[in-house]
Amino acid sequence: MKPAAFDYVAPESLEAAVEALVSAEGEGKVMAGGQSLMPLLNFRMTRPSVIVDLMRIPGLSSIQLKGDTLAVGALTRHADLEFSDLIKTKLPVMAAAMPHVAHLAIRNRGTIGGSLSHADPAAELPMLAVFYGATIKARGPNGRREVLAEEFFVSALANCLEPEEIVFEIDFPVLKGHIGWAFDEVARRFGDFALASIALSFALSDGRIADARVAAMGVADTPLRLRRVEDAINGSRDGAEGASRFAELVRASVSPSNDVHASAAYRKHLIGALAEKAFRSAWSRAVGEKS
Amino acid sequence: MKKDLAVTVNGRKYEARVEPRLLLSDFLRDTLGLTGTHIGCEHGVCGACTILVNGDSVRSCLMLAVRADGAEIVTVEGLGSRDQLNALQNEFREKHGLQCGFCTPGMLITGMDLLKKYPLASDEEIRERLSGNLCRCTGYQNIVAAIRAAAALRDGSAP
Repeated sequence: MKPAAFDYVAPESLEAAVEALVSAEGEGKVMAGGQSLMPLLNFRMTRPSVIVDLMRIPGLSSIQLKGDTLAVGALTRHADLEFSDLIKTKLPVMAAAMPHVAHLAIRNRGTIGGSLSHADPAAELPMLAVFYGATIKARGPNGRREVLAEEFFVSALANCLEPEEIVFEIDFPVLKGHIGWAFDEVARRFGDFALASIALSFALSDGRIADARVAAMGVADTPLRLRRVEDAINGSRDGAEGASRFAELVRASVSPSNDVHASAAYRKHLIGALAEKAFRSAWSRAVGEKS
Repeated sequence: MKKDLAVTVNGRKYEARVEPRLLLSDFLRDTLGLTGTHIGCEHGVCGACTILVNGDSVRSCLMLAVRADGAEIVTVEGLGSRDQLNALQNEFREKHGLQCGFCTPGMLITGMDLLKKYPLASDEEIRERLSGNLCRCTGYQNIVAAIRAAAALRDGSAP
């Protein structure tokens, strides 16, 4: 199908884009890369009266190291993240996840700000934002606002922003000393939305797991940070033997629901299997790099 | 409220005035008459409409024509000519990398971008990278063989 008619503006500043949204009186829609919005427009599942194109706004596409934080502009494309040396060295879990984000042609247009704003519960970037404890910066009619990723995602396809607010930057804290990490997911076809996905990262202190970070996706209507699992494995010195316990902890901390793609029981099985595999891989990376 | 658009397609400059809702795929096919770009699903799943925009592969059904203002576009018509196929097209012919041909323009354009960006060191990798392009004849075997041969040619390791 084809989109219904709309007006189109391509402002050259964030302030002008916010103004355009305000004057659209709730009928406006922001377009970044358009890779989630265009299918919705083509199917006429959404019919905005005005499309506010962000692509002419300068300065929103960059990856910069600022102290212990990687500041990523909202219009940075998935492919920019995939091929960035800074991401590879500072946010290795994100680097490992990027090839799983749709397909190359989508990654060449899709942006991180767009993906986070769209808030698909089966998309990798929202999960990574929660995993890293990212801060999402938005600009609206009342100025700037900063929201933690865990508070940003409200439910499936819903974020906490007002309709006139626009994400312009995402700050990812670098997890220092994290020498063990892994990302893994299961999708029906490589590049499709994940049925379940896990991210894990930790430091080692005297052979014990420290500062563990665990997030999962595909098991709730938002990505989840599994803090109780983190607490439970901190201090562990079980090595690779701890993998099955980790899997049980992850399984016990999620309660997915049935949907057309998979049953709740299957998703629960998957996330456990992924967790076990990810734990082994993270541990061998940690001890491999240490020796 | 129509918008002006100036774009270079396969080295030729075009100017047009289009409705903002016009898809780039329809602009190429209906406005410019470049029907080599095929439209399959029209929501970004099948890959048939893939083109190069400023050197990167892009789904033309997921891009508004107005957003191509100022861009350099290459469609399948710009890869080679009837008498002079490019290296990848030649491998598709050699390996019989097509059956009905509907998905072929998208396969070729995607293949061009994959060859530029990835090692394509194994059939498994080629299959994963190509998973965004559907062939409903399920003729993947020979498409993969053609891309494998083109990668070998690129790397100077052709038999």
